[in-house]
Amino acid sequence: MRAAALALFVREWRIARRIGGGASVGLVFFLILVTIMPFALGPDLKLLARIGPAILWVAALLAALLGLDRLFQGDGDDGSLDVLVNATLPLELVVLVKCAAHWATSALPLVIASPLFGLMLAMEARPLALVALSLAAGTPALTLIGAIGAALTVSLKRGGLLMAVLALPLTIPVLIFGVSAASAASGGAAPFLTPFLMLCAFSLFALAAAPFAAAAALRHIRE
Amino acid sequence: MRLCATDIAIERGGRSIFAGVSFEARAGRALVLTGPNGAGKSSLLRAIAGLLPLAAGALRLEGGAEDAVLGEQAHYLGHADALKGALTAGENLAFWAGALSGDPSRPAWLSALARLGLAHVADFPVRALSAGQKRRVALARLLVAARPLWLLDEPTTALDAAAQARFGVIMREHLAAGGLIVAATHAPLGLEGADALPLGGSGYPA
Repeated sequence: MRAAALALFVREWRIARRIGGGASVGLVFFLILVTIMPFALGPDLKLLARIGPAILWVAALLAALLGLDRLFQGDGDDGSLDVLVNATLPLELVVLVKCAAHWATSALPLVIASPLFGLMLAMEARPLALVALSLAAGTPALTLIGAIGAALTVSLKRGGLLMAVLALPLTIPVLIFGVSAASAASGGAAPFLTPFLMLCAFSLFALAAAPFAAAAALRHIRE
Repeated sequence: MRLCATDIAIERGGRSIFAGVSFEARAGRALVLTGPNGAGKSSLLRAIAGLLPLAAGALRLEGGAEDAVLGEQAHYLGHADALKGALTAGENLAFWAGALSGDPSRPAWLSALARLGLAHVADFPVRALSAGQKRRVALARLLVAARPLWLLDEPTTALDAAAQARFGVIMREHLAAGGLIVAATHAPLGLEGADALPLGGSGYPA
């Protein structure tokens, strides 16, 4: 079973890293979102530094959801899902491994790049570190919640938008605690640790529940 | 080993495809599903693979593994090839070998590709292959992991005569080794002594 999980992870990793895989598109999208914010808000460095964590979090949320609609759709279209249903791994673990690979190729680069991009928002060193830390704790929940939406829309040809509409409301709690943890260092309302632990709890809860929800959706929505 | 179906019925989208179908597929004998378009050949194969719920009846693999469901003892080869265009033929097969508890080593999948005459394209991305070559890579999946029951939906689509002959040999070897084959096809598969299961009426309203 471990060999099967590794084979699936390696395959997902390779597909994401090849041309058209879309792993780097999320990062570029993240960069563009962060770049256009100062143009919209004006060059007020104090304002940018204060709302920087919120900008980074919203941008990371949208970038993380960008590639998620294809998480199961590619496999559904080319028939791979029909074979994966009867493969060695239970479908729940297939979902989990695919989420892990998607997180490693799409969300982890956002976490690593966020301190760099935060420099463009005139943020200080400590807030930058806290943003990266809160993103690392919160993005697994985003990926796993998005996976439920992706599973529900797997058989729809243009389900990407519907998937975002389904998943985005569910990510609001993650966003609230993520921004509140990240802005603790730049004059936020709450201390860092409490919202950070809530973020970890969200991710752990999603880790336990989302694979079952997504697998159930995959089983029932496809005839 | 026998695959027994008793009085099975299948519905899709609230419409009955067929009902009251019983058959038996024995090890060493292929069962060929025939019938007009829409008779339910593909639906029956999907039902055996566990991808489509039965509306009535029961399916059982006698002599199979006790702890595995029917679909996990079967290779399902549908209309789609289940290949990733961005990966090479070898990477695709290595993945399926790993995911289906086969042998993911290079010699194993290379020999499977060679059996279908494709060893020379092993390191090319699948998207650069022709439709017939893609189909042959998909057929090689049957060889990289051992499963007793093969469910083949139009397996020889897009294959040239030479490739059909090669696949005929592979199917006969699988049957000779005690395997089962249930195939839906309009074209002859080159299997002597195969049982036939005609499904549906004319398929057209009178």
